[in-house]
Amino acid sequence: MLTVDALKQFGCDTDDGLTRCMGNEAFYFKLIGKVIDDKNFQALEDAVAAKDLDAAFDAAHSLKGVLGNLALTPVYEPVYEITELLRERKDIDYSEYLKTISEKRSELSALIK
Amino acid sequence: MNRSTDLYVDGKRRILVADDEMINRELLNNILCDEYDVLMAEDGEMAYEVIRQNRNTLSLILLDLMMPKLNGLDLLSRLKETPDLKGIPVIVLTSDQASEVESLVRGAADFIPKPYPQPDVIRARISRSIELAEDRQIISATERDELTGLYSYEYFSRYAEQFDKYHPNTDMDALCLDVNHFHIVNERFGMAKGDEILRMIAGCLTTVFSSSDSVICRKTADTFLVYCTHRDDYTSITDKISEACCDMPTSIKLRIGVYASCDKKLDVRARFDRAKIASDLIRNNYSVFVSTFDETLIEHELFAEQLVDEFAKALAEKQFKVFFQPKFNISGDKPVLSSAEALVRWFHPTLGMISPGKFIPLFEEDGLIAQLDEYIWRCSAETIADWRKRLGVSVPVSVNLSRAEMYDPALVDTFEKITSETGTTAKDIYLEITESAYVRDADQIVDRVKELRDHGFFIEMDDFGSGYSSLNMISELPIDALKLDMMFIRNAFDKQNDTRMISIVIDIADYLGVPVIAEGVETEEQYIALKKLGCTIIQGYYFSKPVPAKEFEKFLVENNT
Repeated sequence: MLTVDALKQFGCDTDDGLTRCMGNEAFYFKLIGKVIDDKNFQALEDAVAAKDLDAAFDAAHSLKGVLGNLALTPVYEPVYEITELLRERKDIDYSEYLKTISEKRSELSALIK
Repeated sequence: MNRSTDLYVDGKRRILVADDEMINRELLNNILCDEYDVLMAEDGEMAYEVIRQNRNTLSLILLDLMMPKLNGLDLLSRLKETPDLKGIPVIVLTSDQASEVESLVRGAADFIPKPYPQPDVIRARISRSIELAEDRQIISATERDELTGLYSYEYFSRYAEQFDKYHPNTDMDALCLDVNHFHIVNERFGMAKGDEILRMIAGCLTTVFSSSDSVICRKTADTFLVYCTHRDDYTSITDKISEACCDMPTSIKLRIGVYASCDKKLDVRARFDRAKIASDLIRNNYSVFVSTFDETLIEHELFAEQLVDEFAKALAEKQFKVFFQPKFNISGDKPVLSSAEALVRWFHPTLGMISPGKFIPLFEEDGLIAQLDEYIWRCSAETIADWRKRLGVSVPVSVNLSRAEMYDPALVDTFEKITSETGTTAKDIYLEITESAYVRDADQIVDRVKELRDHGFFIEMDDFGSGYSSLNMISELPIDALKLDMMFIRNAFDKQNDTRMISIVIDIADYLGVPVIAEGVETEEQYIALKKLGCTIIQGYYFSKPVPAKEFEKFLVENNT
């Protein structure tokens, strides 16, 4: 079961996230449950694979906004990095970034289960 | 464009959150839903549609820049190009500094960064943007009254509405303040002095009512409106105004109509109409300066309106009945029936008998009185003819003329027509003309009375003592009898039994060589006293109340035997 302590240990800035949720833990946890399944994780991978950097940027940018608002720092940081690279439409190998994102997303997911 | 009256839906302002990320929408909704009615849209096209549909009720748009279908910057440009949408303030939600500048250039009111700042900050920025947008709309209207510096009426109404929006639960009063007899101040001391007084009053009002809990304007001439938090008593304010104006060449007294604890479902204008109704009630009262509206006043007004509306039908259906009250000559040993006064009663099919005190003043105001009076005159003449035909006897009947009728150049013709058509003569009809009718336009009225008298009509000056005839003028008036105002009788016998005033009037009548008629005589004591004083004719409940023509016949028959 998800707890504030578990999130803190994972590296999230829960004080920040909870403030945006008006201190309502249940509401905070509900939104975290939803971000795990955000379609943009898949959209980002698909767009990078298809070398569609515009679509990849859009997906990364959206994810960055949501992860930032929920203060899920360990997932937010790699998404932030890839967003900035995609903003420049850099033609590089993104697989390491995608891997990190995927790992952190799984770790977060594990906290919920 | 005036959107300000609609910006309040079910007690909350309405705002739109347009963001394609459900989590962001949920976060903002959670932060804002207590204070605002929050609508949501998940792409640019949908946002545009929601804005169009709610254009009159939307107070603000929170707009994410990166959205599918129509992105935020393009939507912003489209809004600013549309006249009926461009007034709605837009706050842009963005994480990119470059976009912040771009959105401000395209007309955004503000921006909120991502990740979102503290909820308090978000709420404060939203509230500020709404306030600025609404103030801007108001300020574009004419703002100030040039003379006093108070708000103009237009600005005031909107500001009062605005006040309600920021303080929806505050108990508010609507006040209508007028200066008693201000037109006389202008007449006597000139407009410049009048203006100076208005400025002084305005200055005093702004010290009495603080701008934090009230809104003040000058509506017209000497009428001021104040919308303020509820107070229990306003009498001290009239005193303060009088004190503030104590250096003026005449004393200044304000009258205040109060509609206390306004029903906020009424629009602002209706609230001040109620305050005005209250103020009008004490217009000519020199001892009461504050009057408070209550619901019965509206009922009175509605009742009055109903009576005026139904007048024509009532006349056609003969709902008005003429009653007759006998007058007795008491100069001899026994009272002798001398004449009668025709008095109207309204038998309304649903309201029952309505007292003339309720409808005569209304009809005088509306000009309907002329039709009603002519109806009464004709009924009276027909009744006289009928008595004479069936009983072989009759007495003269006096009818009332209102002031307005005295200006009618065809008045004599009307009476001649009535008498000739009913087979009566001028000797059968006495005309009661109230004293106050002689006071204004005296020459014109006197000429008309002379004309009537020349045609043989008997003229009684009614309500003598209630007007302000000068003794000098009375000696020249063409009258055949003086009818004492009822108040003389009441005061003489009710209070200290002081009949000296009556005695003076009887002396005046003697000097003029006309009889005195006393009406409203109710008791034997009054009758005996009046007889002793030398009063010639008596009318009142002591002898009989006004009765229908049929019932009056008994007086005629008795008199004849």
